Amino acid sequence: MKDGRPVNLDISTMKLPITAWASISHRVSGILTIPIFALFLWALQLSLESKESFQILQENFSAPLAKVFIILVLTVYSYHLLAGIKHLIMDLGYGETFEGGVIGAKLLFACTGISFILISWWLW
Amino acid sequence: MNVTVFNRSGISDWILQRASSVIMLAYSLTVASAVIPDTSYEAWSVFMTQTWMRGFSTLALLAMIAHSWIGVWAVLTDYVTVRMLGSLGERLRLFLLVLMGILLLVYLLWGVFIIWGFI
Repeated sequence: MKDGRPVNLDISTMKLPITAWASISHRVSGILTIPIFALFLWALQLSLESKESFQILQENFSAPLAKVFIILVLTVYSYHLLAGIKHLIMDLGYGETFEGGVIGAKLLFACTGISFILISWWLW
Repeated sequence: MNVTVFNRSGISDWILQRASSVIMLAYSLTVASAVIPDTSYEAWSVFMTQTWMRGFSTLALLAMIAHSWIGVWAVLTDYVTVRMLGSLGERLRLFLLVLMGILLLVYLLWGVFIIWGFI
């Protein structure tokens, strides 16, 4: 790692293909999912502690701003899951060409859009 | 520098990252399929406190911790490096990894307490 060879790769000067955006956002959503797990654990605790705490949780989640927040959180999580499924499919050898990657990335973004709509429809 | 609990080799990381992802995917779908049709407290608590579900939750918790660790390790070794940040890179990465280790340990204990009803 410290071999001192120059690295001539400035990503900020490049126009990134859709596949790169899918890859970067998979990473970003993964990092975001770590604090999201604290939220999940907190919600799980309140939901199981008692009927009263369950109701407190439901009240917390019924405010419009809280709903928007939860919808966004679940969308980020579902994006990470969907991107992971795409990754596993590619591990199996499907869509490994650049063209395949582009189709996969488009499908991923489309599926995330659908999951956003479904999550919003369910929670609102 | 190879500071991790899990990855003695890249292959074990590769497999663990995928196995844990499949476990969490299955778990997420299981929880969703229970909570979407019935959001009442009674149904939820009965479902979650079944012994097999407690076991599945514990497995998913362990998968989440392994998956998070490997993921964070991969991201940090790409961006928080000597090349990106100079000599600070190495120390900062170690610091962030330790911080992540502590956080994941808290998640583990917290999660086990919730799942098995100690809280």
